[in-house]
Amino acid sequence: MKWGVLQFPGSCDERDALNACQIAMTALSFGGGSGEAPSSARNVVGDLTGPASLPRLVWHEETDLSDLDGVVVPGGFSYGDYLRAGAIARFSPAMTAVAEFAAAGGPVLGICNGFQVLCESGLLPGALLTNERTRFICRQGDLIVGEADSPFLSGYEAGQTISIPFKHQSGRFFAPPDLLDQIESNNQVAFRYAPGQNPNGSLNDIAGVTNEAGNVIGLMPHPEHAVEGFSGSTDGLGLFQGPAIAAAGAGS
Amino acid sequence: MIQARVLIRPKEGILDAQGKAVEGALPALGFSGIEHVRIGRIVELQADSTDQLEELCEKLLANPLIEDYEIETISG
Repeated sequence: MKWGVLQFPGSCDERDALNACQIAMTALSFGGGSGEAPSSARNVVGDLTGPASLPRLVWHEETDLSDLDGVVVPGGFSYGDYLRAGAIARFSPAMTAVAEFAAAGGPVLGICNGFQVLCESGLLPGALLTNERTRFICRQGDLIVGEADSPFLSGYEAGQTISIPFKHQSGRFFAPPDLLDQIESNNQVAFRYAPGQNPNGSLNDIAGVTNEAGNVIGLMPHPEHAVEGFSGSTDGLGLFQGPAIAAAGAGS
Repeated sequence: MIQARVLIRPKEGILDAQGKAVEGALPALGFSGIEHVRIGRIVELQADSTDQLEELCEKLLANPLIEDYEIETISG
């Protein structure tokens, strides 16, 4: 499985995301990783010794994603976050290509600013507002995996607690009551902040959601910063391995 | 050219964290009797016509999920 990571002017987490994709795929191909990957996942991951399957950056002016099996929209401050976070990035040529990629069923993961971009694009429901207390938060916290039916969650169990860094200023998830009801009743909640840990005033403690089909997911916390032992948690690996695990499961 | 001004503000009922922070600072500065501070933004622009302004607001200048907008034509 080959990942692409978008890079906007003002992105800052794209290198960590790229690194996370590579570590996640390498761990799968050698049978390791955070979850119990089925051995057939190795076939989907493919040969990682050649450059063809190494993850790559996708500059915001690029429109050809045909070599990719999955796309990460990373964190940062795309186009300076002017107007609203993610509002301008949504109109980049690469995002038009990502919308087509997602419509065709391709897996798309938005992290932090990437989540904001996907919401602004209409690829995910809801909006992200300034944190309730207006402060930038940066700390390790716990998430509870939701019941959403998404390939990105196939490396986790619903209800599982994972430790992931929180790092944002505009992460307060909001949706009008009817849309919120719809997100809940469709099981589109991917992650909630653990009880007592909602850092920003998000409605229903929502930290991440999926689209109706489940192939597009976004979350405010940063799984790409939780993929190596030195950082204290490798719980983020599952998100980068999920689509490959799901594809392997479907194919076997 | 038409000179227009677009006023964008958080929808009623949405907690405006910036407004709250400003409101919270007022007593320390000696202001009293001021409440419900809400912060939005004004976009001034020039356009050939008003035709596209509505669409511009819906697609870019405002996020209709969380913000209301008003378009004011100043001259034209």
